[in-house]
Amino acid sequence: MLKLPIYLDNNATTPLDPRVLEAMMPYLTEVFGNAASRNHPFGWAAEEAVDYAREQIASLINCDPKEIIFTSGATESDNLGIKGVFEMYAQKGNHIITATTEHKAVLDTCKHIEKLGGRVTYLPVNAEGLISLEELEAAMTPETILVTIMYGNNETGTIQPIREIAAIAHKHGALFMTDGTQAVGKIPVDVIADGIDLMAFTAHKMYGPKGVGALYVRRKNPRVKVTAQMDGGGHERGMRSGTLNVPGIVGLGKACELARLEMAADTARLSAMRDRLEKELLTLEESYVNGSVERRLPHVANISFKYVEGEGLMMGVKDLAVSSGSACTSASLEPSYVLKALGLSDDLAHSSLRFGLSRFTTDEQIDYAINHVKEAVTKLREMSPLWEMFKEGIDLNSIEWAEH
Amino acid sequence: MAYSDKVIDHYSNPRNVGTLDKSKKNVGTGLVGAPECGDVMRLQIEVDETTNTITDAKFKTFGCGSAIASSSLATEWLKGKTVDEALAIDNMEIVEELALPPVKIHCSVLAEDAIKSAINDYRVKNGMPELEMAKSHH
Repeated sequence: MLKLPIYLDNNATTPLDPRVLEAMMPYLTEVFGNAASRNHPFGWAAEEAVDYAREQIASLINCDPKEIIFTSGATESDNLGIKGVFEMYAQKGNHIITATTEHKAVLDTCKHIEKLGGRVTYLPVNAEGLISLEELEAAMTPETILVTIMYGNNETGTIQPIREIAAIAHKHGALFMTDGTQAVGKIPVDVIADGIDLMAFTAHKMYGPKGVGALYVRRKNPRVKVTAQMDGGGHERGMRSGTLNVPGIVGLGKACELARLEMAADTARLSAMRDRLEKELLTLEESYVNGSVERRLPHVANISFKYVEGEGLMMGVKDLAVSSGSACTSASLEPSYVLKALGLSDDLAHSSLRFGLSRFTTDEQIDYAINHVKEAVTKLREMSPLWEMFKEGIDLNSIEWAEH
Repeated sequence: MAYSDKVIDHYSNPRNVGTLDKSKKNVGTGLVGAPECGDVMRLQIEVDETTNTITDAKFKTFGCGSAIASSSLATEWLKGKTVDEALAIDNMEIVEELALPPVKIHCSVLAEDAIKSAINDYRVKNGMPELEMAKSHH
């Protein structure tokens, strides 16, 4: 029997894989030591578990285990990476380049940098959500210390040309950081081949627990350093103080190991399901994929349904847990800034749904989702005066709408 | 956000969805809102000119559940009322009936505007002077 509602919001968070929980359990109970306790077996057992997790993570992203700095999650990692580089490399310059479609953890950190006197360039994206390499190159200055561009976008799944971006940053003597939150564990990420100097990621987007993440910080070619943003006991090579979240770290490690072993099979299965979902929903007239179709995370689909309103649509798909490009549950009526950056009009941004599939998504759930969305969109269109006008061939832009 | 049972009922089983022939002299049409604001309501009334009574009402709405419910409820209320009685419908009655939260009051205002706009259209078509819109939203 199909259990409702169906969870298809895996870009927000994923369920914990039972195998991850199993790995964590001993560290929530009998193995409770502080990984920084150097003088007794309780501490040694905890440290050993942390070291093992570092190795599991390192093998997933092809780095040295020493290059992993544990944090509370991707938001903290983004903060530490950007603010830490800004402080550490203040002698060299104060200019940072990012993109308008970044997560708020990056954008708001960059706004903070601007308040501190830094200069930030926000690169626009094209209709597919990709930045222009020419514009990046043109934005580079001798004062540019950091280029930070996300790997895969959380709303559309669009994957940026990471290697090319890294090469441009390095050519101009800047570091390259990426927010790998949605990509790590989903697609192959290789910090050496990709030329990544810093990378933020988190456990709970790849079937691990919430509250634990990491910042990859390159140790050679070049040796990158960040100024700590949390003062204290000098953990994590002085870059992030605070007692390590041992069970969380064990969970992140296990999640990375599972991702490494199962990524290829998961990707094949998820992209086939995603493509089927998308193909079926696109049989509805006036429905559009948002973001790049070619360069995209395998488990994400973001689709707009013209002439239906987003919040009404969300109410109509109540059997699905999905995200909408509409934020009008608040009074603001502000549609997604990511979709707006792609050039979508407000109404098209409002009427978008984001589907995020997971390792645990089934074909039966996708079948249900297809029918459920089709029914909701069809019903709302039958009720929509805009759809009627469209069908009658009336140009909606020709109508003088009431001041509102 | 939690919707009231009445909003859910009107959303799931909307009353009087449809289109009346706007070329008819005794049909008044009100189209209010704007697509970029996320709400467009079209409300139509058919009036028996001898009794000045609304014999039929239809709506189509692009908007959230509360907007759909507000217009669905409005059409239910309009049927059988005289035009003057219809003019007296206040948005706060819709708010109360549907238990709309403060952020959704604008949906009821839009429904009231749609009623008045439909009546005005009917009046103008039948040689009566246009009424001042008592309320305007925003």
